[in-house]
Amino acid sequence: MTRISLTVDGQQVSDDVEPRMLLVQYLREKLGKTGTVIGCDTSNCGACTVHLDGTSVKSCNVLAVQVDGSEVTTIEGLAGPDGALHPVQESFRECHGLQCGFCTPGMIMQTVDLLKENPSPSEEAIRLGLEGNLCRCTGYHNIVRAVQHAAGVGSAATSGEEVSA
Amino acid sequence: MIPAAFEYVAPTSVEEALAALAEHGAAGDDVKIIAGGQSLLPVLRMRLNAPEWVIDLGRIDALRGIRDEGDHLAIGAMTTHHDVGHSALVHEHALLISKAITHLADAQVRHRGTFGGALAHADPAGDLGAPALALEATFVIQGPGGTRTVPAAEFFVDLFETAISEDEILTEVHVPKRGGWGASYEKFVRIAHQWPIVAVAATVRTEGGTIAEARIGLTNMGSTPVRAHAAEQALVGQPATEEGVAAAAAVAAEGTNPPSDLNGDADYRRHLAGVLTRRAVLAAAG
Amino acid sequence: MTATQEPLQAEIGRDRRRKEDQRLITGRTRWTDNITLPGMLHLAMVRSPFAHARITNIETTAAKASTNVVAVLTGADLGEGQGVCINAWPVVTDQVTPAHVPMPSDRVAFAGETVAVVVARTAAEARDAAELVEVDYDVLPAALDLKEAALAHENGGALAHPDLGTNVSAVWRFDSAEAGTGGDVEAAIAEARANGIVIEREYRQQRLIPAFMEPRSVVVDPTGEQITVWSATQIPHILRFALAATTGVPESKIRVIAPDVGGGFGGKLQQTPEEMIAFAVARRLGKPVKFTETRSESLLTAHHGRDQWQRLTLAATKDGTVTGLKVDLLADLGAYVAIVGGGVPVLGAFMFNAIYKFPAYQFQTTNVLTNKTWTDAYRGAGRPEATYAIERLMTELAAELGVDPLEVREKNWIKHEEFPFTTVAGLEYDSGNYEAATARAKEMFGYDALRAEQAERRASGDRVQLGLGVSTFTEMCGLAPSRVLGSLNYGAGGWEHAEIRMLATGKVEVITGASAHGQGHETAFSQIVADRLGVPFEDVEVLHGDTQISHKGLDTYGSRSLVVGGEALVRAVDKVIEKAKPIAAHLLEASVDDVEFGDGRFSVRGTDQGMAITEIATAVFAAHNLPDGTEPSIDAEATFDPVNFNYPHGTHLCAVEVDTETGQVTMRKYVCCDDIGNVINPLIVAGQVHGGLVQGIAQALWEEAVYDENGTLVTGSFVDYLLPTAADTITFEVDHTTSPSTTNTLGTKGVGEAGTIASTPAVVNAVVDAVRQFGVTDIQMPCTPERVWRAINSGGSGGETTGAAAPHFDPATGMSGTVDRAEGDVQ
Repeated sequence: MTRISLTVDGQQVSDDVEPRMLLVQYLREKLGKTGTVIGCDTSNCGACTVHLDGTSVKSCNVLAVQVDGSEVTTIEGLAGPDGALHPVQESFRECHGLQCGFCTPGMIMQTVDLLKENPSPSEEAIRLGLEGNLCRCTGYHNIVRAVQHAAGVGSAATSGEEVSA
Repeated sequence: MIPAAFEYVAPTSVEEALAALAEHGAAGDDVKIIAGGQSLLPVLRMRLNAPEWVIDLGRIDALRGIRDEGDHLAIGAMTTHHDVGHSALVHEHALLISKAITHLADAQVRHRGTFGGALAHADPAGDLGAPALALEATFVIQGPGGTRTVPAAEFFVDLFETAISEDEILTEVHVPKRGGWGASYEKFVRIAHQWPIVAVAATVRTEGGTIAEARIGLTNMGSTPVRAHAAEQALVGQPATEEGVAAAAAVAAEGTNPPSDLNGDADYRRHLAGVLTRRAVLAAAG
Repeated sequence: MTATQEPLQAEIGRDRRRKEDQRLITGRTRWTDNITLPGMLHLAMVRSPFAHARITNIETTAAKASTNVVAVLTGADLGEGQGVCINAWPVVTDQVTPAHVPMPSDRVAFAGETVAVVVARTAAEARDAAELVEVDYDVLPAALDLKEAALAHENGGALAHPDLGTNVSAVWRFDSAEAGTGGDVEAAIAEARANGIVIEREYRQQRLIPAFMEPRSVVVDPTGEQITVWSATQIPHILRFALAATTGVPESKIRVIAPDVGGGFGGKLQQTPEEMIAFAVARRLGKPVKFTETRSESLLTAHHGRDQWQRLTLAATKDGTVTGLKVDLLADLGAYVAIVGGGVPVLGAFMFNAIYKFPAYQFQTTNVLTNKTWTDAYRGAGRPEATYAIERLMTELAAELGVDPLEVREKNWIKHEEFPFTTVAGLEYDSGNYEAATARAKEMFGYDALRAEQAERRASGDRVQLGLGVSTFTEMCGLAPSRVLGSLNYGAGGWEHAEIRMLATGKVEVITGASAHGQGHETAFSQIVADRLGVPFEDVEVLHGDTQISHKGLDTYGSRSLVVGGEALVRAVDKVIEKAKPIAAHLLEASVDDVEFGDGRFSVRGTDQGMAITEIATAVFAAHNLPDGTEPSIDAEATFDPVNFNYPHGTHLCAVEVDTETGQVTMRKYVCCDDIGNVINPLIVAGQVHGGLVQGIAQALWEEAVYDENGTLVTGSFVDYLLPTAADTITFEVDHTTSPSTTNTLGTKGVGEAGTIASTPAVVNAVVDAVRQFGVTDIQMPCTPERVWRAINSGGSGGETTGAAAPHFDPATGMSGTVDRAEGDVQ
């Protein structure tokens, strides 16, 4: 067991962990931060994406012992203290950028990072910026719209209006 | 999904890390070094490997950063892909590396994965080996007996095997400056988050529309990254045009022994290597 | 009594943002794997590495001694108490169906089958101990190749289950002459051979993996009077039935909950061995247990889809009028007959004739057992396979005739004025307008301009060629009329149940037997109820996926939730209004005949007197002043059994660019105009179409489950099983025409599977179209760059996928040995 102390979603935490414990397991099992999920073994899917010291990482691909002294933000720490949604969270809802929602925490966390580096991305830059996050429901169409909406670029909400009902 | 149990140590200097390696090596322990961990951790999670000790280089600040050392850049082994990819120095003097990193894995992995770690991992489909070969980088390896340097041509030994000995650590990579050279990394994949089926790293210097010098590395065309010497030589003196480059590019795969797998057999890879070499050289010369 | 209020805006047709999203975007979701109970134990499965082997010994001593291990159990330990995995649809009365024990004790029939389960206090410790279980196997010959397996009973080849004597599980046949729905197909083919055109093809439907994003997970809590099972399943009600029917535990003692479920696409339409094992272990130990699979386990053992060889013969006159279609399938069931199992190809039987007026039709499927992962429903289930075959054939017919592929379709399709139309497969299509959808799609696509560009590129010998692909699809959805299911020997009905609870505070609880896993039922169902009941959208709460709350239901698959479950809601709401009306009349002191209902209010005709239905609910709660003899409840339930399927259709047009030097295919443009009847929520509908499209496109271009010659799944991780990313896909243009369904009140048709069914042939038709000038008439799916390149350079369809996985995470290279010296790292 190794003692680690870090800040997660603004809160100081400290635990003894086995060196083999992955950050995502630490978040889920020790801290109950089950908003961050595990979708694969090979770090392809990105569902577990969190921010580590301000940049996006796949928390299944980091050991908990490696983040001793660091600051971690998960999907659960993204909204304001008053519960106000982050603009990216809001835009995913507005643009129907999620269906089953399993990939969504990772998608949103990666989008926040992407827009931090490139506040006005082209569609191509958005698509490449999300290449480490798999979604099986949306076909990515509305995820791209959501990122554009959050960035204030491209067409806003989607598709609905063109449908005759 | 859960690695087998291991002991963990995170030294804060290269000397401490070497001492830990020596200690566990002497004890006969199965040791793995973790740098960024982006390839190692999946392997551990799937229990394809179960070391007794993991030595983490992540706390050694001295291994991070990029320095201008006159005729070459010194890239610390623990510098992340993201930092290398965003380095103005690298962009100016080793454009090929900037280009290759743009398409390396994905943003999250680039934030965490490291330049030295990727090279030391020596996956022949890794995106940095071919550029390192083409740029004729030198690998700085530190061990109990001190520091030695290994040229790129001797660094990659076999599949996942390098010139680094069990008691040594890769500390930095020296990349000769090639200011004014054009560069292109042509990566061929079926989907974006794949390792390259084949990729070609090309950097060229042109003089008045003619190729004066060319350096070409091939990714995933054998058990190590390989250098396309024949094509390089054939390119010299050729006009930087489709016609001028075509014949030289066609020999890019000469002498290679590419793998056959789900994404293509060896013949197809040899064919791709030729096509991609032509495209890479033209883009680099463009 | 309140004064009349402004009527609420109509909810049906409104692009409401989803109710579900608040929890999903903030991480407050309740996935099964999030559930932790006091004293909960964790399971790890020991799985067979062999496709077919006899188990000779299982040594568990070391595992049992491992830290915090509570038990290590084998099939012999669990015995009959573990129940069996059922097949709900024996497609023929003499179907050959191997017994499917969740954890066999004597023989494994596919690589990945569970042979022992380790129970420990943590998941990590369970995994540690699982590595210590030593199993001895005698390897048996494995039936792997579908075509060879189909003949094994004749030539002594390997049998998937030696005691059965054959790999053929069933042969199911439909012939229009025999059924009286059409003519003799052999006569039509003979006539075409003499005087017309015959197109004969063999197409491969490669094996796919549903690859839902949430790995399956199950938690079983045996404490308390009922055994509670949480599972990441599409079918909580069917799972409860199966658990009860095969373990002897009374159905009333089992509660199954599907909490938030992260995608399914048919892949979670299963009663899984893992669920059965967890149930058995929890009962045996008396403690709550959890099993969550890894992605590798999911790809290996969750059921796969498709996997057919299709031999097709299309007969036509010289002017392109189709005179007959003959279909002969080989369908790979894998090692066991899964819950729908052999029914999947049978579902396709009714769809090969598609939107066309074929006079003669014959279909036969031979369902074959092999030593591979079992197959079952995957988005579309039978219909994508059928649509692919016919839409590829119609394009080939057009090429043979030298006409535009849309022209030959129009010549043969059902005209809009011909609906309702009884097809050669015996189905009655209720409504549709193929002309309108096609015209709109062509307009959106810029069809003529793209054809002109294609001609230019061909003429100039451009390195990058353009191809245009057409798919004019229909599908049957809304599983299903119970009588139809009964006539097909299916083991259950196809009704759906709904219940409306009018709460005292004016809120409304809606209970549905459909079980959503990402589709947005909470939103769409709220819209239906809000509209019909005249209450605010926000006041409607949809409850589902818990057999103790939603006691009756047949769950979600087959594009059935809206068209069957939605109709049940409508009927339940109507009953609420009916029950409330005499109470309203009583409270308003009016005659029932003078009371009318609209916009959520009962009002007395010709007066301004009125009362909201929610006020009636409050009055009924108090029950102080009800008409004599009136039951103090206006809650109601309804069970709806449709009389027919419904038949969405659409025209999909795809443009691809093919790099003729490398074979690389790049999506250029994709438009579709679907007719799905009336739309409840256009936002949700568009999302369903987008997602469906990418799954269908992925079959055409990227995905394939590949086994090696030993029966090992080579595509066992997302490194080798290629799901597309955002960077591989494009923005789609989606529109609709509307021909309301006549088989339900709302006029809706299913949409969940449409995109997947339609898109695969559109893409492959486009790829073939781009390279047809090189003599290419087919490229096998997935159209990998290598296959396309080979087709261009040597003709043929590019051949089977063989070879190994890339070595990155291969145990054979495994980064062990010499690799240890490297700084283990990165990319």
